[in-house]
Amino acid sequence: MGFIRAVQGLSEALAVVLRHLFRRPVTEEYPEYKRPLPVRSRARIILTRDPDGDERCVACFLCSAVCPVTCISMAGAEREDGRRWAPWFRINFARCIFCGFCEEACPTLAIQLTPDFETCTYDILPLVAEKEDLLVDHGGKNHDYNFYRHAGVTTLGAKGTHINEAPPVDLKSNLP
Amino acid sequence: MPLWILGLIFLVIKLAAVLLVLLLGAAYLVYFERRLLGFMQVRLGPNRAGPLGLLQPLADTVKLLLKEDFVPQGADRVIFRYAPAVVAAMALLIFAVVPFGRGWTYDGKPIPLVICDLNVGVLFVIALTSISVYGVALGGWASNNKYSLLGGIRAAAQMISYEIALGLALIPVVMLAGSFSLVDITEAQTPFPFILLQPVAFVIFFISGLAEMKRIPFDLPEAENELVAGYHTEYSGMRFGLYFIGEYVSMIILGSLVAVFFLGGWRGPYLPPILWFIIKVGVSVFALIWFRATFPRLRYDQLMHFGWKVLIPLALFNIIVTGGVMLAVS
Repeated sequence: MGFIRAVQGLSEALAVVLRHLFRRPVTEEYPEYKRPLPVRSRARIILTRDPDGDERCVACFLCSAVCPVTCISMAGAEREDGRRWAPWFRINFARCIFCGFCEEACPTLAIQLTPDFETCTYDILPLVAEKEDLLVDHGGKNHDYNFYRHAGVTTLGAKGTHINEAPPVDLKSNLP
Repeated sequence: MPLWILGLIFLVIKLAAVLLVLLLGAAYLVYFERRLLGFMQVRLGPNRAGPLGLLQPLADTVKLLLKEDFVPQGADRVIFRYAPAVVAAMALLIFAVVPFGRGWTYDGKPIPLVICDLNVGVLFVIALTSISVYGVALGGWASNNKYSLLGGIRAAAQMISYEIALGLALIPVVMLAGSFSLVDITEAQTPFPFILLQPVAFVIFFISGLAEMKRIPFDLPEAENELVAGYHTEYSGMRFGLYFIGEYVSMIILGSLVAVFFLGGWRGPYLPPILWFIIKVGVSVFALIWFRATFPRLRYDQLMHFGWKVLIPLALFNIIVTGGVMLAVS
């Protein structure tokens, strides 16, 4: 009868919920347990250095141009050896939306976003980060890339000795 | 010391104890409900305020007290202020006739563990549940808000419909016990509690009680996703807290009434009677929270159909059958 099936249905629902009562909760309690985030998580911004220890940022203004909320500002200058650099570099973290466009736009892999999201503060003004706050001593997510080995370099060796350059093919031989 | 002063002192002690236990119980029932609901939903409930979250009711109380206390424009100020108090007061008053333990004796004189052993206790209970309809309907009307008014009207209609089934389900209990007094009803459940003799009446009483307290599955009048918040949309701060306390006290009251009418009150083998009473109330309250975690809510027309066309005829039929069986047995 419909009544019996109705009671059965209700009892099944109640039994399911009662079973759930005795399962371990799936909640991860935040400050005591911090879930490890993937490396590509977009939080605090850093300025990285290349493997030779020099700053990667060449003050090309690409990150500042692509930023949707215009929170990046910098100045460009040239060093004595011809390499460009940024004398000052400022990110306003009160405006930053952590979208990662600057990281995608950067040609030298200088500006990168890290999974460090615990940057809450009660005052707004300390949120404006200068270059000293952003520059780190390591290569961030990529420890091998050095822009100045790939571009802006006069090739001094023979053909085929530059990075990522294949040796020339001998057109006059039959070998592949 | 004259006897009446001693009696008065004991009465005041009983009153203070009952009020304290009920109000603290209601406050911590909020905490337990949130925790239990959490575990039933495979998550943790509130566990940050104090060890295991036990100071959560205190945090809630402080939060509610610190909120802005405003009366909406165009609202009826007097009624708006007093409507929540009606609900909370009626819920607390029902406990005045509930016996929560076997009587003690002090110096040869009996101390009944009930605040007031009315010989029309059942009528008193039903009358107070009827008055608490006022609190809801007036709260909805006094808010000067269409959604609140709709919620209040629906709540009032729902409550008065299910009150009929509530009363009718209690009649076989009264027939079996032979008295309207809750103390007599508890004492009449000697070999078996009435749930074994009147299972249908128990089911009808429990469901009607659920609908009276506007608990899931009958909580459309205060459904958060249907009517904003129903009749208590415009209430904030401690007034809302008072509605809440009223609802949670009435959960405890339903548990005590179920315990007294059907589960044998404070009766039980080894443990002290008060402990049995608390256990029975606890079981009922657990069932209420369990139902809240499980069921979707009834649509309003389904709710009214169920109350009028299913529960009332069933309760009437139950009374006739009970009367017939009692006549045949005697």
